[in-house]
Amino acid sequence: MKLSYYPGCTMKNHARNFEESTLFSLQELGVEVEELKRWNCCGTVYSLSADEVMHQVAPVRNMIRAKEAGADQLMTACSMCYNTLKRANARARANPEQLSRMNAFMYDEPIDYQGDVEVVHALEVVRDQIGFDAVKKKVVKPLKGLKVACYYGCLLVRPREIAFDDSENPTVLEKLVAVLGGTPVEFSHKMECCGAYQTVDKPEIVADKTYQILTAAREQGANIVAVSCPLCAFNLDHRQEVTLQIHPDLHTMPIVYFSQLMAIALGGDESVLRLDLHHTPPGPLLTESGLL
Amino acid sequence: MTAHITRHHLRTAFVTKVQRLAGQNLMACYQCGKCSAGCPMASYMDILPNQIIRLAQLGFEEELLNSKAIWMCASCLACNTRCPKGVRIAEVIEALRQIELRARHEHLKVEDIPPEVLSKIPPIALISSLRKFTS
Ligand code: SF4
Ligand code: SF4
Repeated sequence: MKLSYYPGCTMKNHARNFEESTLFSLQELGVEVEELKRWNCCGTVYSLSADEVMHQVAPVRNMIRAKEAGADQLMTACSMCYNTLKRANARARANPEQLSRMNAFMYDEPIDYQGDVEVVHALEVVRDQIGFDAVKKKVVKPLKGLKVACYYGCLLVRPREIAFDDSENPTVLEKLVAVLGGTPVEFSHKMECCGAYQTVDKPEIVADKTYQILTAAREQGANIVAVSCPLCAFNLDHRQEVTLQIHPDLHTMPIVYFSQLMAIALGGDESVLRLDLHHTPPGPLLTESGLL
Repeated sequence: MTAHITRHHLRTAFVTKVQRLAGQNLMACYQCGKCSAGCPMASYMDILPNQIIRLAQLGFEEELLNSKAIWMCASCLACNTRCPKGVRIAEVIEALRQIELRARHEHLKVEDIPPEVLSKIPPIALISSLRKFTS
């Protein structure tokens, strides 16, 4: 299987751990991944205004790049990129008039976009195209000892019309963790927002959210949290520093991407885990569990 | 809050503008409060999401545009997912932010972000924040 891949900006710097582990895992699972040439930033957030066509151009332009690569599917692993690309694509498809305005604006592109690219998330590829049974057969290091709180954040499964799992109680991450030999815990805060972009100018609010989310995870028996979004990862992991200043009774906890859990179970070494990019180090727990 | 509804408040131009920008029918809301009950930012807001919808129905322009609440919303879409009437509250709040931003009333200035913050935060945080808080 060959897939066109859209990384997004953060995968290329702060979230190298996300990218390296995703690419390693997909390779182990027999998927050939080809990064789009000349991809551009999706804009990170979908424009919610009804009259806003201009901000849909950036995400939609990436669909043209996918067509140029001969692909009819475009895969991304970042929740925010996924949400923005998928929603802009859905809007372009549902509004031929808006799509023709976008195409007119992109007159210097060699082709018009016809609405014929499907945006898919890496988790969706693993679940629906590879299949959990096939993943299970490839596990060489079951995640024994990891009690995982699966944290979805907001943009992976909202709104309903672009979601590939239930919008209120998704379970795809728990199923993956179980297939990898880990123990998913029941987690009350799996859909509770981390504060998202408020982290830039209101980190104290994110600190409250991080405190609530990680305290719930710990009380419900988790020793690690799995995420699918680099912004969630930054808020839940790197913001533990300011969280500790405001809430000194916080029990710090390692935050990892679901792809890092896959990479560990599929036999990846530290070069694809990039644990140096974490704030609260996952190393001690992984070593204690015999996974490093 | 106590609100005095006068003819002066029922300015339809503002109501029409919010509805047009949000693509929503404000009158669909029957004030059940479910949006506010599940809002992760409610405790930091001066007016709650359901109150935002009520004030928008009635054309309380200054109260809405001068509120802190519209800048506290994290666009998490929990409210939209749960509203029994299908009102997209997040779109209404986006419309209110857009009315301010399109008048060049910035909520955030890049030059006010300290360099030590800029050097640490990932692009995904910075770009989304600028998309929501600047014109
Ligand atoms: S959930 Fe919907 S109907 Fe209920 S108060 Fe909020 S907007 Fe109104
Ligand atoms: S989208 Fe905004 S108003 Fe709605 S629940 Fe989330 S933070 Fe609250």
